[in-house]
Amino acid sequence: MSAAAHAAPAPQASPGVGPPLWLLLELTYRCPLHCVFCYNPTDFARTGAELPTADWLRVLREARALGAVQLGLSGGEPLVREDLEAIVAEARALGYYVNLITSGVGLTRARIAALKAAGLDHIQLSFQDSTRELNDFLSSTRTFELKSQVAALIREYGYPMVLNVVLHRLNIDHVGQILEMAEAFGAQYVELANTQYYGWAWLNRDQLLPSRAQLERAEAVTQRFRERVAGRMQIYFVVPDYFETRPKACMQGLGSVFLAVAPDGIAMPCHAARMLPGLELPSVRDMDIRTIWYDSPAFNRFRGQSWMKEPCRSCPERSKDFGGCRCQAYLLTGDPDNADPVCDLSPHHGLVTSAVARAEAAAQGPPGSAAAPREQVLIFRDHRTSIPVVAGEQSAHR
Amino acid sequence: MTDMPDTVRPAIAQGLRLQWEPAQEAHVLLYPEGQVKLNGSAAAILSRCDGARTLADIVADLERSYGQSGLATDVRAFVVLAVQKRWLELRE
Repeated sequence: MSAAAHAAPAPQASPGVGPPLWLLLELTYRCPLHCVFCYNPTDFARTGAELPTADWLRVLREARALGAVQLGLSGGEPLVREDLEAIVAEARALGYYVNLITSGVGLTRARIAALKAAGLDHIQLSFQDSTRELNDFLSSTRTFELKSQVAALIREYGYPMVLNVVLHRLNIDHVGQILEMAEAFGAQYVELANTQYYGWAWLNRDQLLPSRAQLERAEAVTQRFRERVAGRMQIYFVVPDYFETRPKACMQGLGSVFLAVAPDGIAMPCHAARMLPGLELPSVRDMDIRTIWYDSPAFNRFRGQSWMKEPCRSCPERSKDFGGCRCQAYLLTGDPDNADPVCDLSPHHGLVTSAVARAEAAAQGPPGSAAAPREQVLIFRDHRTSIPVVAGEQSAHR
Repeated sequence: MTDMPDTVRPAIAQGLRLQWEPAQEAHVLLYPEGQVKLNGSAAAILSRCDGARTLADIVADLERSYGQSGLATDVRAFVVLAVQKRWLELRE
């Protein structure tokens, strides 16, 4: 904490709201995978019909007119949309920098050629269903072959090979093998993103949260690997929020630069914001992007600092982290206006440290011992298990 | 890097894009999931890095366009920095 930050808290919310520079279109919640750490809403099967192509194209035009320039195409698995190429072509023609975030499932030679021709700028290949795929990788089975072929196609079509791997308790000890796999794929950039606890990952939190020792080992392995591949590969390691003592500056503040649209057309100031109570999220079906961004109550709800409670309201760091993540505050404390409990200044920080302590116990105690928590089943993201999540610490330990 | 010859032909790195953004009233350099907002001189240099012009050509063009001389040191320093940041790649 620098003296400068104490001396110069940023001004209160200015009326000058900037443009939504970052547009994320979650084109579909359909996905061939069933990841236990997916951040998609746990009741995704209840959401309405997907927007038709014409509506997505209109959203692209309206947001671009406001100044949106970075476009993420995500899901679900965006490749299940047959109009993905048409959406990419329109986006590129409008001047977006177009990023595709994909598991690679469905990325055939024909499709990557069509996407390239449509002007796709960038592909981020996610190594999604890590528990199963890691096993596949270790035994050189089918999924590894598929990912390996997709990685080769991505390089062949002149894209940098960017791999995103989600880490959690069940795979973090294999980070060395994961990095070797990334190297074998010819990855130039690897993001080792520890699971954050929203959506399906929230339901599975006590099974997925690693211990501090696991995290430190994984970081050490990553650092050694980083030194070996310096100049060829860049590796980012994202620590889970739960091990921090200050919250992330989530979305640089809600309503600041980021606008997401869900498959059914619901516009959100953060891709997890659907869970927040009392936030009447507008739909692009009945409101244009300009009105949504500048005028809708949902997008103004967390702008500025007047919504903040103590300890954020008087905190010298409030202009740096904006109180952290609203969704995390809601999930853990039941109130989205509270400080993100990741912050050790939050009176609710104990909810985070106790979750970490349970993870420690689970890592140390032999299975079935008193130290280990009761075995719980992992809930795989699936239409059959799609359920609403009730906020509050208790809901994770039903 | 400091001994970069005048004959290198810098180009915007593959996968990146330089464009004018009216909403930001600036040139921006776009890269995967991010952007840099450029000031006027950075934009003037980068917009001349087309992989065809040499560093010497770029300096001469800038000096002509802005009616100044002695820009070589600053332009070279920026190009070196931009290569380090992987905004530019050098073609021989």
